Amino acid sequence: MRHSTMLRIGPVGFRVGSDWRAPVALLDELYRDYPQPQDGIPDFNVRLFAARFWRRWLRPSVQIGGDFVIPDAAPLPLAQGLLAAEMAMNLQMALGQRRYLLLHASAVERDGKALLMTGESGAGKSTLAALLMTRGWRLMGDEFALLDPATGMIHGFPRLISLKNEAIGVMEHEAKGGRWGPLLEGTPKGTIRHLVPDARSIAAMELPAAPALMLFPSFGFEAAEREVFPSECFVRLTQASTNYVTLGESGFDALTGLVRGVPARAIDYPDTKTAIATVERLWSELA
Amino acid sequence: MTRYRAAPAATLRIVPLDVLTLVYHRASGITHVVDSPVPELLEVLGEKPLTLDETLAALAAAHDLIDPDREALAARLDELVAAGLVEAV
Repeated sequence: MRHSTMLRIGPVGFRVGSDWRAPVALLDELYRDYPQPQDGIPDFNVRLFAARFWRRWLRPSVQIGGDFVIPDAAPLPLAQGLLAAEMAMNLQMALGQRRYLLLHASAVERDGKALLMTGESGAGKSTLAALLMTRGWRLMGDEFALLDPATGMIHGFPRLISLKNEAIGVMEHEAKGGRWGPLLEGTPKGTIRHLVPDARSIAAMELPAAPALMLFPSFGFEAAEREVFPSECFVRLTQASTNYVTLGESGFDALTGLVRGVPARAIDYPDTKTAIATVERLWSELA
Repeated sequence: MTRYRAAPAATLRIVPLDVLTLVYHRASGITHVVDSPVPELLEVLGEKPLTLDETLAALAAAHDLIDPDREALAARLDELVAAGLVEAV
């Protein structure tokens, strides 16, 4: 394609091609400290293209393509080209990843052990992971945690942290000196702004961590917590994994090993301060 | 008379978790999340094919059934046959 770049997030290499310069320039800027794909060979290709040739210039809109596609992906305006690139990379992972079991979870690491946080969109898993990153944890990813069926270890996928709506203001205050993408207003998910993971999280992104605690956070409720039994954990994680079925028995083994070996709690929290205190306490008690 | 037997043991991965049990069916690649009496049924039907009444008797003997219900058991067995976890022979 006319413009392209390559980058690696955790163990996964991407090549992103685009009809326009702007999205690629933005990726190059925001991912400037990320490595190249191993041996220069990407795992996945992403294409950002104009569905009709005049859409390159006239109300330019970005169609998402790549090795794996969904037929009815709606195009995004060129001003949201970064979001289109991020969505397209996520899509390759969701539809094409075969090496790791995808957990729809954010993950942070401390002392070689991983904390996984999973939940519906809006539960706060991205925000919590970003907050913990500013408090000494290593960010392993805000969207996907990769469970290796061969080892039971969690591999990180620390793409740009996708913050939505109120979470943007919270993190602009918390992550002083953070590097940010442009404010993207009027996206299908409201206002979005991408925060670059801190230098330490990028530098250590190849280090796997042993899963030690799993949390199911819910934002907007009185503080509460309850134990989540392995069977509920299993069902919730399979529902949120796009490649559990594809991985077959190795996915089954990996996930049963995870839910039997790792304690899990559901936590409700009214504000971020309560959430952080709860996470730290549960970590010291259980991990 | 219809007899029932569990799918061959080599095709089932049975992992008890807590109140629920996971059954991975290698032949179909499907994961079943099951409650009692399914794990118990797969166990008693694993040795040799049994009729409905023999299955009921074996379950009652092995698991102290308080209220054996023949029709409910027949319904459960039909579901398991449809899922491929039990064969009707």
